[in-house]
Amino acid sequence: MAAHATTDTQHAHPRNPGVPFDPSWFEELRVNRSATQRRAATLPARRTVKKAWQAAWLLKAITLIDLTTLAGDDTAGRVHRLCGKARQPVRRDLLDALGMHGAPLTTGAVCVYPTMVPHAVDALQGTTIPVASVASGFPAGLMPMTQRLDEVRWAVDAGAREIDVVITREHVLTGRYDALYDEVAAFREAVGPAHLKVILATGELATLTDVAKASTVAMMAGADFVKTSTGKEPVNATLEVGITMARTVRHYQQRTGHVVGFKPAGGIRKAKEALAWLAMIKEELGDAWLTPERFRFGASGLLGDIERQLEHHVTGRYAAAHRQPMA
Amino acid sequence: MSDVPDIFGRMAYGPAPESAAEAHAWLDAHDRSFGHAIDGTLEAVGATSFDTINPATGERLATVTQGTPEDVDRAVRAARAAFPTWASLTLHARARHLYALARHVQKHARLLAVLETLDNGKPIRESRDIDVPLVARHFYHHAGWAQLRDETFPHHEPLGVAGQVIPWNFPLLMLAWKVAPALAAGNTVVLKPAEHTPLTALLFAEIASEAGLPAGVLNVVTGAGETGAAVVDHPDVDKIAFTGSTEVGRAIRKATAGTGKALTLELGGKSPFLVFADADLDGAIEGIVDAIWFNQGQVCCAGSRLLVQEGIAEDFHARLKRRMDTLRVGDPLDKAIDMGAIIAPVQLERIEAMCQIGESEGATCWQPEWTPPERGTFFPPTLFENVDPASTLAQEEIFGPVLVSTTFRTPEEAIALANDSRYGLAASVWSEDVNLTLHVAPRLEAGVVWVNGTNLFDAAAGFGGVRESGFGREGGREGMHAYLRPVEDVHRPAYEADAFQPDPEAGVAPQSDGDGEAMPAIDRTAKLYVGGKQKRPDGGYAYPVRDAAGRAVGEAGLGNRKDVRDAVEAAHAAKGWATTTAHNRAQVLYYLAENLAARSDAFEERLRTLTGATDEAAAREVRESVERLFAYAAWSDKLDGEVHAVPMRAVTLAMKEPHGVVGVACPDEAPLLALISLTAPLLALGNRVVAIPSPRWPLLATDLYQVLDASDLPGGALNLVTGARDPLASVLADHDDVQALWYVGPGTGAEDMERRSAGNLKVTWTNQGRRIDWTASEAYGETWLQRAYRVKNVWVPYGV
Repeated sequence: MAAHATTDTQHAHPRNPGVPFDPSWFEELRVNRSATQRRAATLPARRTVKKAWQAAWLLKAITLIDLTTLAGDDTAGRVHRLCGKARQPVRRDLLDALGMHGAPLTTGAVCVYPTMVPHAVDALQGTTIPVASVASGFPAGLMPMTQRLDEVRWAVDAGAREIDVVITREHVLTGRYDALYDEVAAFREAVGPAHLKVILATGELATLTDVAKASTVAMMAGADFVKTSTGKEPVNATLEVGITMARTVRHYQQRTGHVVGFKPAGGIRKAKEALAWLAMIKEELGDAWLTPERFRFGASGLLGDIERQLEHHVTGRYAAAHRQPMA
Repeated sequence: MSDVPDIFGRMAYGPAPESAAEAHAWLDAHDRSFGHAIDGTLEAVGATSFDTINPATGERLATVTQGTPEDVDRAVRAARAAFPTWASLTLHARARHLYALARHVQKHARLLAVLETLDNGKPIRESRDIDVPLVARHFYHHAGWAQLRDETFPHHEPLGVAGQVIPWNFPLLMLAWKVAPALAAGNTVVLKPAEHTPLTALLFAEIASEAGLPAGVLNVVTGAGETGAAVVDHPDVDKIAFTGSTEVGRAIRKATAGTGKALTLELGGKSPFLVFADADLDGAIEGIVDAIWFNQGQVCCAGSRLLVQEGIAEDFHARLKRRMDTLRVGDPLDKAIDMGAIIAPVQLERIEAMCQIGESEGATCWQPEWTPPERGTFFPPTLFENVDPASTLAQEEIFGPVLVSTTFRTPEEAIALANDSRYGLAASVWSEDVNLTLHVAPRLEAGVVWVNGTNLFDAAAGFGGVRESGFGREGGREGMHAYLRPVEDVHRPAYEADAFQPDPEAGVAPQSDGDGEAMPAIDRTAKLYVGGKQKRPDGGYAYPVRDAAGRAVGEAGLGNRKDVRDAVEAAHAAKGWATTTAHNRAQVLYYLAENLAARSDAFEERLRTLTGATDEAAAREVRESVERLFAYAAWSDKLDGEVHAVPMRAVTLAMKEPHGVVGVACPDEAPLLALISLTAPLLALGNRVVAIPSPRWPLLATDLYQVLDASDLPGGALNLVTGARDPLASVLADHDDVQALWYVGPGTGAEDMERRSAGNLKVTWTNQGRRIDWTASEAYGETWLQRAYRVKNVWVPYGV
């Protein structure tokens, strides 16, 4: 199967061209649930940041957020407000107090449904903030492939620079990893210059071993990012799933030299959880992954809690939500 | 605030210190000087004292008292005085006291954790998240045992005063492991904490008083090794529990020999960590972090020997090194530190010296790029690759953050390498294949096996070792047994000194058939029974066996040390007896009973002739021997293990395993019944036995050879070496490949056997110089079965 072009003009860093399908890369994979849970339970207790470090890490977390609205009642106005928040996620006075006078601090991206992409592109004119779009029959993905591919191409044509696609869970649940490879490779082809983020919907996969296999196959097929969840499954991003996927990203890079990003999405609402995720990424993948090119949070509520924590850091007083500008 | 942009750019970790203010305030409130905690009083500092140091900074924390033998004596007397009242409390009252201790530990959890970290150098994350919660759990669990003691352990009573000597690596946790079962069983305690780490024990004593524990029930005497020796040597101490080095454990075994003091030893280790190719490799890496970089590697059960399957070794080592790079060493009070300070400069020097030996022996040393702090006793996580089993690093305990790695090819080779050690404390097995892990775990010589996990502890699951890692268990049912004794034990009359000694020079009168005619008897050449065959004694000597009237009526082989050696080898060769099904063992023992019953008349006749027993007594001895065989046959397939309820998602299997090869030295009296009573429970569990039958009347045993042959007992499962008991038993006691020894004889012999058993720290049981009534119920039952097995706890966390 053909590997994809490694670079394009839109993105400064190399993309993941994928590698030919080779079952030996994942057939032997084993993930032990208890050992992974233990790591997930102890890591946040082993790693904590305080004071200025906490403030800096929370600011970093903001730059890694795919600020998201994926609701049936989204409108142009709602998306405009969200984009305003993405451009200016933290109050100016707080940034000043924190000494952040440099380049403007924005979220990593804005993430919307395809028909909202034009509104987002419009609202983000003059910024470098990319618009990400879910596509491919999000969130279940159970639509004919031609339509799913058409939707992907439509979103790219509308200006989305990142496409979050969902996999067909059936391929994993029935062990048809060749079909999963073909599906992701087709999306990789369809996104063209846009970045491909592949959602595994881990809450609907049976085991961590299946998560690791699906993640590996998605990367082999050319995923630029692997992503945990749509946010619509009953269980979304958990730290143990995150650890499992992060390790597959590390192994893929060690094996191929290709860098793949990672995006946990859904369920991450508290600043403290974000810090635990950052520590996990720092430990499992290294500092190089603590950039928007390699790591994102898919979240909507998280930003508000981070803002409150930052204000508390600056003022020493516990903050109120209404003092933070809403999206 | 101005740091924020810089940190934002680098995304480094910053300091996250836990406040030590409360702990320092407690030290200051005591003027940073402490005496002992005796009889409910925390005393003023004594005449001779020493400083306890914070190893992370080198700063003096406090001055504590060097306990003298007089101090120890005062403490023992306080404990003795408190014992009658404490022991006569209702079960429920003692349970309430234990419960209160648990609650008060939780109430003072933070202070205890910080003080522990200050005194020991371990990361606050560990003292806070692991040590102190386990301490509280231990007291809660044992509050339960206090309540349930009499219904769970009927016909048992507390021992009296327990002397406990604990190490510096888990000062408070080891206190809990010792104190909780002792108090729950109804004993009182004199505890000697390690000289490097006395502070949390003193604080605990204060907390115990606050919690209402009666004065004298728990006494703490601080000091160094001599103070511990004074506790061990004190004549009014009934039990010694020690955790520490194998060297000191051995000295304690010798010092307590013949004193009647109960003894449990939890000693050193060189625990294997097995990683098979089908393991979750990244999970196993985290397991190693928890195994050897937990508490700076200063853990008796640290997984310090990595055995990794050859095909994945390179990949695994690469992943391991990457992970080692991310470990953080430094201020133990920092909440984001993985490894704190080594306990003391002397220990740091030892670790460094061991590493130098490793390099000089050709092993490859790897350490992370970064260096630990200059000030304080820090040492980086260290990996030695290509460490041959023969090298010093693979054999000797380092007690530091140093992992040594060897490869294996097959499961059998992994088991062999894992067991190639003097120690046998713990083991970890990593594989996703349930068939493989359940094949390997029972074959590992260890008291604890963790499958896909490591360093998992709980009060409900006993902890302790085999081989030179010691004996006895702490925690769980077995741990309670270590602080109780059968009521009848202390009420037995003294064992009368042996009146008889085998004498090969005495000659044997010609035998006749006894029918009055001149026909000479067919000469019966006395032999030994080794490996299922009758074997001529190595020395070629025999000695006369006399009847009740003193007439020589036969002869028996005079076994010597080489016969014992051969018998032990034959017993080891009979491995199949341990691994065959319990059903098969039961069938053989039933068959043995059946065949003995069929020859009752001959055995009765022999008993009457030799011992002068009445018809009734002889019949009774044979009948009870048959019944006892039958009963142990019945037990054989009913000695189920347990599944412990540990507070995590895991199956924790308590497996009852035979000790291995067990020596048995029989008394003169009850020559058939005593032999059966001592060997049958051992055989029922799968032990292989080398028995020295009644020296005076060995013909009951030699008559048994044909019964054994007829009963399908595999050769080597039971070996009988006739001759002089104590000289033969001492060969067994000295033997490094005999795992346990049961001795019945005079008190001097018991003392000698216990002292000799210190060589390989075999499990010994003796009659303590007391007489056993072999026809009474005390000579049969669960107590004997319990002595015949050891418990291995196999932890299997699970989940999809």
